[in-house]
Amino acid sequence: MRTVSRWFQRNLIRIYAVIAFTYLLIPVGYTVAFSFNDGGRSNLIWKGFTFDNWMNPCGAPEVCTALSNSIKIGFLATLFSTILGTMIAFAIGRHKFRGRSTTNLLIFLPMATPEIVLGASMLSLFLTLKINPGFWPTVIAHVMFCISFVVVTVKARIASLDPRLEQAAMDLYANEVETFRRVTLPLVAPGIAGAALLAFSLSFDDFIITNFNSGTMTTFPKFVYVSAARGIPPQANVIGSAMFIIALAVVILGQIVGRKRAVK
Amino acid sequence: MSKSGISNPRTPYLLLLPGIAFLFTFFIWPIANLAQTSTQTPIAGGDTGEYEQTLRWANYLDAFLENKEQFGRSFLYAAIATVAALAIAYPLAYAIAFKAGKYKNVLLVLVVAPFFTSFLLRTIAWKQILGEQGVVVPFLRDLHIIAPSTTLTSSAFAVVAGMTYNFLPFMTLPLYASIDRIDPRTLEASGDLYANGITTFRKVTLPLSMPGVVAGTLLTFIPAAGDYVNAAILGSPQTKMIGNVIESRFFKIVDYPTAAALSFTLMAAILVLVSVYIRKAGTEELV
Repeated sequence: MRTVSRWFQRNLIRIYAVIAFTYLLIPVGYTVAFSFNDGGRSNLIWKGFTFDNWMNPCGAPEVCTALSNSIKIGFLATLFSTILGTMIAFAIGRHKFRGRSTTNLLIFLPMATPEIVLGASMLSLFLTLKINPGFWPTVIAHVMFCISFVVVTVKARIASLDPRLEQAAMDLYANEVETFRRVTLPLVAPGIAGAALLAFSLSFDDFIITNFNSGTMTTFPKFVYVSAARGIPPQANVIGSAMFIIALAVVILGQIVGRKRAVK
Repeated sequence: MSKSGISNPRTPYLLLLPGIAFLFTFFIWPIANLAQTSTQTPIAGGDTGEYEQTLRWANYLDAFLENKEQFGRSFLYAAIATVAALAIAYPLAYAIAFKAGKYKNVLLVLVVAPFFTSFLLRTIAWKQILGEQGVVVPFLRDLHIIAPSTTLTSSAFAVVAGMTYNFLPFMTLPLYASIDRIDPRTLEASGDLYANGITTFRKVTLPLSMPGVVAGTLLTFIPAAGDYVNAAILGSPQTKMIGNVIESRFFKIVDYPTAAALSFTLMAAILVLVSVYIRKAGTEELV
């Protein structure tokens, strides 16, 4: 009896972690399970196992239009926010200049502003300028809220670099451009890749800001929200599950590549 | 001056220019424009959605008084969700940092993994799991833990639980980052000096992990206070938050000035709370 309670005490935090992970993953498991449900239009009650939804992911009306809009927006938002954010991160992380703390504040503010305020303010600007909400206003809004996250992620990577590596390159007669291209950039690259992945997932999953600025265009989260009232078609679960699996694969692949490089 | 060698003093400004110009155009300008909208009044005899600038500051007072309940609820729910998320995430982050060994990276991926299934799908999954047709409610009723008329969804409990769940990774990651940086030898040293587990935690671990606590609570509290999705999916008309009001003022009632005034009040309240909190917690390096 005492050994049991000892074991329990020693492993308390591990047991706790298992419970916490279960809590985190229950809805994911539910979503994946119900992607195999033979439930028809409204996917509320378990009716039986089927592969049909996976064989026919575009079966529900609109779902693939919404998905392709989300992917396009996510791709463009990731591209622009990663470029702009990385440049800002290098300026802040590698240079001392006047206005540095103001710049830091300007980067922090969008993160401290609730999404609903960001979304509402952009829509009110677009309305004032007589620009109709839609695809490009949504892309612009996504770039705006992703930039700060890119800056923070890349800046952290730059801060963790050993400045002696760059000095060594310069000592070996590399000029500034060469040093940047062959030493600094490769070392910061994982940070930039991480930032891009973060930007894409933020953009792909965004609902509040998108809802304000997309007008009649539908995106995947908008599709899910709108169809929630009458039951989400199982195809939405298929797409959610597929995204989960793809993202997991990308992260694991990144880990393996990173480890191989580290071994070399 | 750059840290490595001599560089053109214009370089940082050239690097900043496009991004900062973008943020001025699509962050500062919209906010300024929203401020402008917030003091407008309807044009006499105009259509719905047509407003003119009359600098009516009383818009703020009207908007606040009309919705003070929803304001109070937003901050209360967000505060409870933040505390709950901290209570769940701290031991979890600690376990990953100190007890996971070679599985550290795998566990970190698992924390982030739910992110990739759309948060709306996961919120709706909770609604269905905890709903009338789910497995949990009939089970609890059979055991007489809840009364036959009690529901788990459409309640304040469900809204707060949904927010706690949705923002949990935002809490866990910064906590992990700062706990992982703690040198385990400082904990051993504390033990060697006859501190027991609780004292070590209170005097060593917790102070060293404060930057993570501050970052995590901010990343949870700010989006939670402005959230309306959890309240819309898991709540009832009695659990409406300020985000729901702003959303419906904008879209259903086309009352832009009130929506703008409410947005500003929300933002100002959050900024005041955040700056007081950061000062109290004593970590300004965050910004």
